[in-house]
Amino acid sequence: MIGRVLTLMWKEFLELRQDPRLAGIILVAPVLQLTMLGYAATTDVHDVPIVVVDGDRSPQSRELLERFTASPYFEVVDEFLRPDEVDPSLASGRAWLGVIVPLGFGDALQGQGPASARAIQVLADGTDSNSSGVALAYASGLVSEFNAALVAEQVLVGGGGAPGGINGSVRVWYNPELVSKDFMVPGVLALLLLLITSNMSSMAIVRERELGTLEQLHVTPLGRLELILGKLLPYAVVGFVDVLLVMAVAVFWFEVPLLGSPVLLLAASAVYLLCTLGLGLFISTISSTQQQAMMTSTFFFLVPMIYLSGFIFPIENMPIVIQWVTTIIPLRYYLVIVRAIFLKGVGFHLLWPQFAAMGAWGVTVLALAALRSHKTE
Amino acid sequence: MTPAPIAIRVEHLTRRFGAFTAVDDVSFDVKRGEVFGFLGSNGAGKSTTIRMLCGLLRPTSGQADVGGIDVSLDPEGVKRRIGYMSQRFSLYELLTVDQNIRFYGGLYGLSGDRLARRRRFALEMAGLVGREDVLSRTLSGGWRQRLALGCALLHEPPILFLDEPTGGVDPVSRRDFWRLIDDLAQAGTTVLVTTHYLDEAERCDRVAIIHGGRIAAMGPTRELKQALAAREPQDDPDVLPTLEDVFIDVVTRAATVTTSGSAA
Repeated sequence: MIGRVLTLMWKEFLELRQDPRLAGIILVAPVLQLTMLGYAATTDVHDVPIVVVDGDRSPQSRELLERFTASPYFEVVDEFLRPDEVDPSLASGRAWLGVIVPLGFGDALQGQGPASARAIQVLADGTDSNSSGVALAYASGLVSEFNAALVAEQVLVGGGGAPGGINGSVRVWYNPELVSKDFMVPGVLALLLLLITSNMSSMAIVRERELGTLEQLHVTPLGRLELILGKLLPYAVVGFVDVLLVMAVAVFWFEVPLLGSPVLLLAASAVYLLCTLGLGLFISTISSTQQQAMMTSTFFFLVPMIYLSGFIFPIENMPIVIQWVTTIIPLRYYLVIVRAIFLKGVGFHLLWPQFAAMGAWGVTVLALAALRSHKTE
Repeated sequence: MTPAPIAIRVEHLTRRFGAFTAVDDVSFDVKRGEVFGFLGSNGAGKSTTIRMLCGLLRPTSGQADVGGIDVSLDPEGVKRRIGYMSQRFSLYELLTVDQNIRFYGGLYGLSGDRLARRRRFALEMAGLVGREDVLSRTLSGGWRQRLALGCALLHEPPILFLDEPTGGVDPVSRRDFWRLIDDLAQAGTTVLVTTHYLDEAERCDRVAIIHGGRIAAMGPTRELKQALAAREPQDDPDVLPTLEDVFIDVVTRAATVTTSGSAA
């Protein structure tokens, strides 16, 4: 039994070594993808191009616009004299926001002239609703700061007591600087493992079916459990190499803090690999060609899983029915675990439900794959 | 002389795929050390029969004993006693000659002295001594065929199944291959071989002509020819009809039977 499994594993590694394309998929692709995604998959917004119109040219209007110029989030690409000049800049995409200060702004702040002149106008290009939303939030933040300074000044001038209202003291935990890279890079680890290991294991049996060697294996005493083990274990080893590789790049290159236990992370990866490899093997048993296996895994499993896993779109925002669907996606649980271990340093006592869900999923899909791989048709 | 013991006994073997009957009530025996040929055109049911005998396909009905074991009851037991080689010469192209031999040897549980001895046997038989480290994908058809045969024989099976073993192989290699088959049979190995080459069928001790999933004629080729000569007098009574004449006659008559049968 062990001899035959080892023989099959030895053969798989020989084939891996002989196929330079496979080596590329295992070693080069994860590092390359992590590096690219680590930089590209970011929701941080900075240096937003804006245009400003100072219709007042008072000290107050200059002070307000100065805040935009000084902010790292914005870059003033142009200044106009008339509000209608803002339009073409937004339409062409040269600027995302237009900030318009009306004539009489400074006077209005000092209680002179029409009170409507106190309102500044911010126009936003809403095409990319996410980024514009973030930019708008920054803009209102700057305006609030300006307001607060103004109120404080008036209180001082008026000599009155503390101003009314609430002072919120906001603290962000786990990712205090709200760096999206710290959120994304651990997620990319989960994604890469899924793509690489389930694709490779889906090829593992179907490749032999295509070559005709599977039939030859079936006339040998190699049992179907031995076949599955001998096919899975080499790719589990490959998966672990990738976990270590990606963890190293995340920690040493992207400087994502790894607060929790690396051992727990490896244990979670082992359970996760059970799912991804089992999925690949299952796809292998329902496909007759490698191309079919590739299409099936990509369109029916991997892409829907990624969309619904919470990697990009928060699960909490999905309709309730879709939220139910996400509970059968192992990637969802692994993402929770990976992010919790990396950023929160959380231990097993809080993560065991995710471990259990992944474990159950992995065992089920492996059992399905085993049931479908008959030696005698 | 006592009759040789039966190595393969097939009784009323049938396999259906949905509504299609690929093998229809086939019965025959193969004696130990005999080379038994299955002659028929593509789709006649040769491969389906051989795959049932190897335990790769489950029979729909009927019985087959291979090496004294019922293939329906114990397909895995059958697999330990047989060698099987198909027209695809199932070698791993990314592995060397030696690695292929070691791989199949490992699956059959060979190790130590026995592995060394059988490895040498396979290399010599395939004529690949000195080329152990060549990638098997670089071998031409004849070499691949003999290496695949060597791998199928590593565990010294008493019964050998060959499914279209000479597809895509040059005539010289085919002749060499058949010499190997004769040697194996001389040494007591039972060989069941499918083919659609008439010259290969000539080299078998007995052939079964299979058509439409049924055995249309069976016996030593010489007897089949004599039977045809007796039924239809030839132009030159001293020359027997060829196996091709026999094949055409058998297939034509089988087709007529089928047509009249379905018309009735």
